Amino acid sequence: MSTPGPSSFRPIFLLPLVVFAAVAVYFLFGLQLDSRKLPSALIGLPTPAFALPPLAGAPPAPGVSGTIPGLAAEDFKGQVSLVNVFASWCGPCLVEHPFFMRLAETTPIPIVAINYKDKPENAAAWLRRFGNPYRRIGADEDGRVGIDWGVYGVPETFVVDGQGTIRFKHVGPVTEAAMRDDILPCIENLRNGRDCS
Amino acid sequence: MTRKRRRLYVVVLCMTALFSAAALVLTAFEDNLVFFYSPSDLATKGLAGERRIRIGGLVEEGSVLRDGSTTIRFRVTDLQTALPVVFNGILPDLFREGQGVVAEGRMGPNGVFTATEVLAKHDENYMPPEVAEALKKAGHWQDGMAK
Amino acid sequence: MIVEIGHFALVLALCVSLVQGTLPLIGAARGDLAWMETARPSAVVQFGLVALAFLTLFHAFIYSDFSVALVASHSHSLQPTIYKISAVWGNHEGSMVLWVFILALFGAAIAIFGGNLPASLRSRVLAVQGLVGFGFLLFIIVTSNPFLRLDPPALEGANLNPLLQDPGLAFHPPFLYLGYVGFSTAFSFAVAALIEGRVDPAWARWVRPWTLAAWCALTVGIAMGSWWAYYELGWGGWWFWDPVENASFMPWIVGTALLHTAIVVEKRDSMKTWTILLSILTFSLSLIGTFLVRSGVLTSVHAFATDPGRGLFILMLLVVAIGGSLTLYAWRAPMLKGGGLFAPISREGALVLNNLLLTTAFATVFLGTLYPLFLDVLGGSKVSVGPPYFNATFLPLTTPVAVAMVVGPMLAWKRGDLAGALQRLWLAFVAVAVTVVGTIIVMGDKSILAALAMGLAAWVAVGVAVELAERLRLFRAPLGEVWRRARQLPRASYGMSIAHFGVAVFIAGVTASSAWRVEVIATARPGDTLTLADYDFRFLGVRGGDGPNYSYDRGFFEVSRQGQPVALMTPEKRAYIVQSQPTTEAAIHTTFFSDLYAVLGDADGSGSWTVRLYYNPLVPWIWIGCVIMAAGGMVSLSDRRLRIGVPVRRRREPVAAAEATA
Repeated sequence: MSTPGPSSFRPIFLLPLVVFAAVAVYFLFGLQLDSRKLPSALIGLPTPAFALPPLAGAPPAPGVSGTIPGLAAEDFKGQVSLVNVFASWCGPCLVEHPFFMRLAETTPIPIVAINYKDKPENAAAWLRRFGNPYRRIGADEDGRVGIDWGVYGVPETFVVDGQGTIRFKHVGPVTEAAMRDDILPCIENLRNGRDCS
Repeated sequence: MTRKRRRLYVVVLCMTALFSAAALVLTAFEDNLVFFYSPSDLATKGLAGERRIRIGGLVEEGSVLRDGSTTIRFRVTDLQTALPVVFNGILPDLFREGQGVVAEGRMGPNGVFTATEVLAKHDENYMPPEVAEALKKAGHWQDGMAK
Repeated sequence: MIVEIGHFALVLALCVSLVQGTLPLIGAARGDLAWMETARPSAVVQFGLVALAFLTLFHAFIYSDFSVALVASHSHSLQPTIYKISAVWGNHEGSMVLWVFILALFGAAIAIFGGNLPASLRSRVLAVQGLVGFGFLLFIIVTSNPFLRLDPPALEGANLNPLLQDPGLAFHPPFLYLGYVGFSTAFSFAVAALIEGRVDPAWARWVRPWTLAAWCALTVGIAMGSWWAYYELGWGGWWFWDPVENASFMPWIVGTALLHTAIVVEKRDSMKTWTILLSILTFSLSLIGTFLVRSGVLTSVHAFATDPGRGLFILMLLVVAIGGSLTLYAWRAPMLKGGGLFAPISREGALVLNNLLLTTAFATVFLGTLYPLFLDVLGGSKVSVGPPYFNATFLPLTTPVAVAMVVGPMLAWKRGDLAGALQRLWLAFVAVAVTVVGTIIVMGDKSILAALAMGLAAWVAVGVAVELAERLRLFRAPLGEVWRRARQLPRASYGMSIAHFGVAVFIAGVTASSAWRVEVIATARPGDTLTLADYDFRFLGVRGGDGPNYSYDRGFFEVSRQGQPVALMTPEKRAYIVQSQPTTEAAIHTTFFSDLYAVLGDADGSGSWTVRLYYNPLVPWIWIGCVIMAAGGMVSLSDRRLRIGVPVRRRREPVAAAEATA
């Protein structure tokens, strides 16, 4: 607690630094363990073969007049599209919904949807109330197709390239940052014939 | 009172505090660490007994049953195995079918998990990381089987 | 345009903070007064710029400027104005601006009120403060810019998280941050003292008021947070030992230890290196708390959207700030000269004991909070450490603190008389005996532990009164003299007595509410009556309706006690429209002595509802106790000696001189 000389060095005073260094190393490794980033086994693989019926009563989307068709694996051929898995009972879906609306209104990127384990009338009402950004909607009432896509929980968002290969997956509601830093660059790159990231 | 004597007292006091704290921490850890399992873990290990554990996964669609009293039954699934859970109380606001959930309680001998607490995150954003972890493990396992 | 001004102000503040962090240090090293004196104006200018940035953010939120990304994702035009304001800090970016704002506020306060500090110490303190500010401003500008625009602008916002739309939580962060960030002053003073190589009573006298102010704010902040959890989460609990709660509680424990040990430096010129270490540790824990909450390395029910990229940045800040200061400590602290000697049984001895127990208790909380992370990193199983662990370690370590709290102030400095002190506390012993026996008779002999804890509360309350009465020579001297003494007794002494009394109230509240809480969970149909303690709850039914930005189901309970009507309680379940997120609003009927607490659960579809009712005895005392503690701190803060801050030669009067303390 007290020492006489001005130039003395005592190892005990190094102890706090050593303890902190150990804690900091743990923190560093702790940061790497982000369990929220789920690797998808499906990235780089073609979409599962599926054909979903249209969602009855879905309102028209920006740029699409008439009824909204269903979604099948062949629909991805030819252009890069964004696939959103949503449900009317899912709170977070509403959080990301404005991003998709804005995207549909301001860009030509086709946004399609899988309506996961939902009652068609609820989903249609939900879209009428909050707007429909989706050019195609597949009604996946029993969730079978969702399981093939490896859906852990809604919402999830996929980027599928023009050959029908899944190139990117985002789990949870799309945030401003995810849209800006991951999804849009990925789409842009794919359209220019480059790799996703 | 010399400096040396005083230092001795302080050292003795520090050591006593340190040892009693270490003893307290160790005994408390022994009894109160709550381990986390996924439904598949439980199916393979079959952990029943006195120990409090946490389980996590998704609330299986259509599995929530209320029997008119305050008891609620539901199944928690990691998309591999579903585990029946019984809970007496009020569920958290964010408890929904198809959404992530973490329950704390004990595994009964009959294969039913008796939850004393059901947790959901405050944040609306997605699921608790433990749940993601459980699902991820189940997903990897599936990959292994496919190959 | 206004938003761009805010952005620009923030960048300017970054530049100013760099000046504040470097020039004065160089000046102090060279002994160049002109360079040293750059510290004060730059601290004030930095504050002005950060305040300007903060105000523009307010403006954007209040006027719902949805072209700003932050406003669009955390506010909504229908949101009541108070929540538009609290939405400013109800998100990551805004809360970091608040953090820096408070840091700059303390820096400016030191610059303005620090006129009588030695120039070199003042410039070094402000420089350290400036460097911390630089780190966090850089963090905001690089990783969490609140002023980003949206193109095209959103038509409507996404609403603030409904759980945060609550008056209790709206003002919880500012208080918490005042406390958290206020400890930066102790840190800056400690680092400056290490650079100077000198710690003396004047230094301690300078550090204490700032630490005390921060401590008071943190006490209030933590109490508000726990009060919010109590009524908003609908579990009837008030403290969950959740990692985020612990993150704010750990600086509080160590800060409390610091307040006490700084007294020893001030009065006895002793325990200097330890005090310096605690000063560094307290603020380090605030930084670590910020890191834990912001990076998402710990899973917690409180953890709002997190981002590991930001976590890495904060971790780097931690390493520079904490690692740097501890390196300085290892190098310079051994040079600090120790002061007065003391016997183990003495005021100093009691304060050493206080520090030892508080820091050990802190260590167990720290271990319990971080153990899941450590195990996870080592690739072990996923575990969680729950309240039973903390109760089993924290309570046994802090109980002796409460016991000793009464005896310590009765001991003299240097060498105390323990037997004499205990003898003079005979009244407190009587109070303990009466309380313990009384509690067992009234509540039954099953609750012996709880009865002992109530005895502890009585011990502290009566002990504090005895100590104060003794100082005033109440009942022993003529009234005139008592009055004279009462007027001359330093405010700091009153502050101590008040704060310690708050601890007694707090202990009683915690004990009674956890030992004698009564709880009923049942399904009820309209017309049913549920009985709880000696209250009857008649369930009248549920009615739906609409609030400003949510719809609700409101249950009605007519509460009566032995036929006498007591209250109409109306718990709600709310569904917030924009996020379709439900929240539970418990109904609480409070008296000074107990709370009735009702929660409405789910409907089962056939007309009955799950309801949960609690009777929580003495639960209001928990928060009343915290408020009393903070009030004690404020009273102590108003002490003339602290305000003036210079060691004045005290008059050698028998009372004040020998016994003056915090």
